[in-house]
Amino acid sequence: MEIRRQGQSLVISELDPFLAELLRQIPESTRTDGIDAAEARIFTLPADAKETELCAEWKLYVEPELRRIFETATETVTADLAQLNGKAKPFANCSLRIPIAHADAWLSALNQARLTIAAKYGFTDGELCDHYRSPLGSRRDLGLFQVNFYGFLQEFILQETQGT
Amino acid sequence: MICHPRSGRASHGFTSAVENPALEQETTTDEELDLPWHVVVHNDPINLMSYVTMVFQKVLGFSRDKAEKHMLEVHQKGRSVVWSGVRERGELYVQQLHGYLLLATLERSH
Repeated sequence: MEIRRQGQSLVISELDPFLAELLRQIPESTRTDGIDAAEARIFTLPADAKETELCAEWKLYVEPELRRIFETATETVTADLAQLNGKAKPFANCSLRIPIAHADAWLSALNQARLTIAAKYGFTDGELCDHYRSPLGSRRDLGLFQVNFYGFLQEFILQETQGT
Repeated sequence: MICHPRSGRASHGFTSAVENPALEQETTTDEELDLPWHVVVHNDPINLMSYVTMVFQKVLGFSRDKAEKHMLEVHQKGRSVVWSGVRERGELYVQQLHGYLLLATLERSH
């Protein structure tokens, strides 16, 4: 896999089928449905629970707005990922072009996915800092790999968009 | 409501106000009573250090150096007070920080 900036786009090329599939899974990975820990992390309280009025107003007025922001970002990423659904031969490497204008949406969706996956599997700090963990022996291991891979993409997007 | 005794002010040799200081009742608005609230950002093991720095710059208008200083405080001490002031504005900052998925809370100062 190669990743570079090309004009007003970020281009990920030589994407092997495995990494392409992980990218395709970003939108699905942002879904917190049925994962209480993820829901609680994505939509955290704005203050101590003793601030009942503030927390109640937040649930009523702010949380729906935050949901809309997150969904909009995920929709943008989903649309960009449609490039991976071309007619290329199965198992062929492929490329993905991300417009710089979509960088914030990608950062948000990648963060949503990372937080949701981490909450779902309850990764420890030690696991999250272990970037050399391998091989992938379970769905949980794959989840940790996803968190790290998506984090790598976030770092690259940040690096290439700072100051633009 | 809070009552503040206010002393009068002598001028041109007239001292009646000083001799008979008036006690005025001063009402304090809810907003003044609220002052100040803190916006606190808490550490979490997922958000990247570079991402947190970028968010501080975007949301709070910090310079890169100041953003990094607060990011490191969050990372090393577990939390950092990134802003203090009236509640309404603090709520707006917390909302924006949550929009970037940072762990942020509004706290009353003690």
